[in-house]
Amino acid sequence: MSFPLLTATALTPAIGAIVTAAVPAARRTAAKWLALLFSLATAGFAAAVLLRFDTGDGADRFQLTESRSWIEDFGVRYELGVDGIGVAMIALTAVLIPFLIGAGWNDADPKEGQTPATRWRPTQGFFALILAVEAMVILSFAATDVFLFYIFFEAMLIPMYFLIGGFGDRAGEQGEEGQARQRSYAAVKFLLYNLAGGLIMLAAVIGLYIATADQLDAGTFSLQAILDARASGDLELATGTERWLFLGFFIAFAIKAPLWPVHTWLPNAMGESTAPVAVLITAVVDKVGTFAMLRFCLGLFPEASEWATPVVITLALVSIIYGALLALGQRDMKRLIAYASVSHFGFIVLGIFAMTSQGQGGATLYMINHGIATAALMLVAGFLISRRGSRLIADYGGVQKTAPMLAGTFLIGGLATLSLPGTGPFVSEFLVLVGTFSRYEVAGIIACSGIVLAALYVLVLYQRTMTGPLKEGLEKLPDLKVRELAVVGPLIGLLLFLGVYPKPLTDIVNPAVEHTLSDVEQTDPQPHVPEVEATRE
Amino acid sequence: MSPENYLYLAALLFTLGACGVLLRRNAIVVFMSIELMLNAANLALVAFSRMHGNLDGQIMAFFVMVVAAAEVVVGLAIIVMVYRARHSASVDDASLMKL
Amino acid sequence: MESLIGLLVGAPLFGAAVLLLGGRRLDRVGHWLATGLAAVSFVLAVVLFFDLLEKEGEDRALHQHLFSWVPVADFQADVAFQLDQLSMTFVLLITSVGTLIHLYSVGYMEHDERRRRFFAYLNLFLGAMLLLVLADNYLLLYVGWEGVGLASFLLIGFWQHKPTAATAAKKAFVVNRVGDVGLAIAILLMFTTFGSFAFEPVLGSATEASEATLTGIGLMLLLAACGKSAQVPLQSWLGDAMEGPTPVSALIHAATMVTAGVYLITRSGAIFNAAPDAQTVVVVVGAVTLLFGAIVGCAKDDIKKALAGSTMSQIGYMMLATGLGPIGYVFAIMHLVTHGFFKAGLFLGAGSVMHGMNDEVDMRRYGGLRKHMPITFVTFGLAYLAIIGFPYLSGFFSKDEIIYAGFSKGGTEGWILGGVMLLGAALTAYYMTRIMLMTFFGEKRWQPDANGHEPHPHESPLSMTIPMIVLAFGSVFAGFLFDSGEAFVHWLEPVTGLEHGDSPVSHGTVGLAATGVMLLGVAGAWWQYGRRPVPAVAPTGGLLTRAARRDLLQDDFNHAAFVTPGNYLTRGLVYLDHKLVDGVVNGTAASFGGLSGRLRRIQNGFARSYAVSMFGGAALLVAATLLMRAV
Repeated sequence: MSFPLLTATALTPAIGAIVTAAVPAARRTAAKWLALLFSLATAGFAAAVLLRFDTGDGADRFQLTESRSWIEDFGVRYELGVDGIGVAMIALTAVLIPFLIGAGWNDADPKEGQTPATRWRPTQGFFALILAVEAMVILSFAATDVFLFYIFFEAMLIPMYFLIGGFGDRAGEQGEEGQARQRSYAAVKFLLYNLAGGLIMLAAVIGLYIATADQLDAGTFSLQAILDARASGDLELATGTERWLFLGFFIAFAIKAPLWPVHTWLPNAMGESTAPVAVLITAVVDKVGTFAMLRFCLGLFPEASEWATPVVITLALVSIIYGALLALGQRDMKRLIAYASVSHFGFIVLGIFAMTSQGQGGATLYMINHGIATAALMLVAGFLISRRGSRLIADYGGVQKTAPMLAGTFLIGGLATLSLPGTGPFVSEFLVLVGTFSRYEVAGIIACSGIVLAALYVLVLYQRTMTGPLKEGLEKLPDLKVRELAVVGPLIGLLLFLGVYPKPLTDIVNPAVEHTLSDVEQTDPQPHVPEVEATRE
Repeated sequence: MSPENYLYLAALLFTLGACGVLLRRNAIVVFMSIELMLNAANLALVAFSRMHGNLDGQIMAFFVMVVAAAEVVVGLAIIVMVYRARHSASVDDASLMKL
Repeated sequence: MESLIGLLVGAPLFGAAVLLLGGRRLDRVGHWLATGLAAVSFVLAVVLFFDLLEKEGEDRALHQHLFSWVPVADFQADVAFQLDQLSMTFVLLITSVGTLIHLYSVGYMEHDERRRRFFAYLNLFLGAMLLLVLADNYLLLYVGWEGVGLASFLLIGFWQHKPTAATAAKKAFVVNRVGDVGLAIAILLMFTTFGSFAFEPVLGSATEASEATLTGIGLMLLLAACGKSAQVPLQSWLGDAMEGPTPVSALIHAATMVTAGVYLITRSGAIFNAAPDAQTVVVVVGAVTLLFGAIVGCAKDDIKKALAGSTMSQIGYMMLATGLGPIGYVFAIMHLVTHGFFKAGLFLGAGSVMHGMNDEVDMRRYGGLRKHMPITFVTFGLAYLAIIGFPYLSGFFSKDEIIYAGFSKGGTEGWILGGVMLLGAALTAYYMTRIMLMTFFGEKRWQPDANGHEPHPHESPLSMTIPMIVLAFGSVFAGFLFDSGEAFVHWLEPVTGLEHGDSPVSHGTVGLAATGVMLLGVAGAWWQYGRRPVPAVAPTGGLLTRAARRDLLQDDFNHAAFVTPGNYLTRGLVYLDHKLVDGVVNGTAASFGGLSGRLRRIQNGFARSYAVSMFGGAALLVAATLLMRAV
């Protein structure tokens, strides 16, 4: 058996988490560097995965597969493998985490005037938790065993809960205590929402096992085995069963994604946590939800997916418009970005369920581009908030005068968020629109209105915070420091690169999308021309 | 005499005991009522043993007697301790069995 | 030769990147670097122009395929350029006027500490605009389309510390985005209809699609054009856009970017030719805007806003001409080019006046400036003569051709269009004469400002006057050049096609009529503003005047129709999201909490109540067992 590259990619941050957590209380800086080192090593492994992945014609769908028996009685196996979509998502995760660590470098330091108790190690905990989340996210992107996926899908809630509940911004006007109360509310809300979804999914996972045990020699959770059995006709789920199981999976993923109307945990969670954690939630953890829709909902339940499409597309459209309108109405910039994310997740889900190559390819690209764009915008917002200690938009104004670089990077992040051509998100958003429009014209047109709304909320945010006369108390606002620039600069570079030359990415993603489409037995609609002759006949 | 009558007697004794437990406040009386219920159960066991013609019921009754004896030892001790501490043997006075 | 096209687009983009990344080190040379790169683009354009001239009329086109951009299944977007006669015309206009305005800005922005950024944005604009006109498919055009929108946003809001500038920038971008949605939908329609969105397959097989589809595409393209070219109903941003520095107004909001809509429709001529309904809408939009802009231009006291109204009106002419189909395309472009010269000249003149007047824009505080700024006066005056259509200057030729084309439409429509355009010509002469008289003639009306500084009008430095002189030269001779031997018509004909309508009136009559109404307009303006001194405070004026001062209530309408309801909607949704969507969730949680609170009461600590529940439970069990046996 060859070197287990995927396991190594996931194990590196896991080990890193343990090592970082074990660093003594006084050696905070060492813990930071260790965490950064491990996240970079993970990125190195992810790069190796990217290089080893074969995009040529006739290459296997799932590559770099690993398979070990685990709980034999229930047919649970430790099965890993990636298709193009998985590779792209792992790469996104591995690339983002070092930047998040860099951005959150001082976020978990003991507060001023607070003498840390000898055994109290918040800094170590913060970075260890981030690495733990990374490990679990990578494993859920790589797992091809449904049960294995479920375990990591749920397990990542635990470190996330502590990250949201344990670490927040500098206390604003609410005071330390009020903020802590808000934070724990957000963390509990996050946990309960996602646990509820997970529970429903668990029922569906067990249902799937029983269904396979019924019709095959032995029950199995293996995605590949189930796909093969479906293809050969050995496994045929009854329509009703398939729909129930689909719903079980879909609800869990919709909560994670989050889709309207189960989105309300996201603004709280993103608003209360520190900027890097907020990015971790929306750019990394939530992507597991949309990714899983693509891989599990469509792959396992093609008929039910088609059955649910009208409802899902409606929900996605509502999310797009609703998220954008709510973003417009926010007074808190982190919540604004969170609602913008709700809108963007609507686009992703729309692309997935449009069931066209452009839609799903676009959705995959969207996941990546949204991750990077939101990271850029949110991290700069975080830098700004850490300087002033307030998240309220009204507390800012004219920042570009004292901190032009901060304002400039904020603008670029914002422009990427509103999908300006030349930045990555444009490519993906347009692909989603094309994919949707070629099958559902009305839905495509409605989604287009999101383009205008995105421009509105981003520019209103920019105008109110960065332009106009300088607000009182901001006269000495420092510009971006070297560390902060080192975090934001590469992200912006990546955004521009993916906007100008996304071909390397589409080359990886396209074959996987073709496979997914053939799972659901869909082909792209063909152009109408020549229409004239058709009408003449 | 048919063994069923023993069962009726056992049921009667058990009901009396149950009423005693529920209605009386004095811990000693409650305790005695519990003993009454236990013995009603014993009587029923012995009666069943007789009816079915095997010794299982009688063996069970012996076990119950032993357990009852042990319970009396612990229970009386507790009641005495409570009385010393609170100068009352009323069960309603000690409503501390909650958070 | 083909590879030069990429270089042509790349040079200014490279300049923008270098200036933005270079930081303070480039503060001292940045503006010259940017101007140099703009000039490089211009030189390349001239080289390519001569290369094109050597080819035969029909295949005067160069193609350059750079790389495959977004390939996903049938969706194949490439970064590829196409340079034909139409693009070439635009490239020459953009690079020449662009270079001149770069030069002008060196002087104009001399005292601005953020000059390097300004030039970076100007270069960015130039690159995006060249991308727009050189793209060989609609998606790449869309990139340039939004790119110029971004540059426009950055430049309008260049003085960000002014809240009005920041608001105007945002407004321009958002209104343009509404138009962009039109372009996006048009591209989507093209893809689902033709399976492509490159010019060649789409325009080549346009006739194979049904008329309904083509009308849809056409209307969506028109929406896009309305946004970018400030046509009714998406015109409201242009007046506010005058908050930007004047060179920006000249380059972006007069000469080049705002004419992109005309380019788009001319380029998509094959689609419009097959969709007469869409063409009718284009004509109507053009006619309405041409009057709308002219009326607004007549009432504004802000020199730049008056010129902005004029720009709207002139683009209305072009729009109308493109709506006429092959009889109008060539003349729309011709007017576009001449307009590019004289309007840029007018704006630069206005900038020069403001430069000498401490950035005062109110024409009621000018007066008699011809003595203080002779060069500005002469160049502005030449451009003025060109725009009002003084015989044998550039505007005369191009505008007359459009009016003639309007009459050629034939029938009642022809008479209506011709009449509207003649009325527009009279209004043009009126508001331009008004500007001229209020600014350069009469007595001085300026006063010390709040700090007691009285403006000392003076002529601008050479770097500013040279571009003005060049543009004035262009305004005078450009039309003449185009008209002689109809070289321009032959040059564009292979791309746009050309038809001759059948006009009820002759060319000469149209020329006479246009000259007549022009004189009427001039006389009217002189009657009001030249005969007697101009009051320093604007009189109240009639209903129309007051409405025109408020841009014919366009902002009031937008506010009432979109902004206010939108605000209520978002506020309502925020409330609902908190109370309803979140309320359901929190309500569920609270009801669980309440339930457990009730259940807790059962644990009261009394031994006897526990005993009751024990006995009750036992009794239930017994009853259940008995019941089960009974069943």
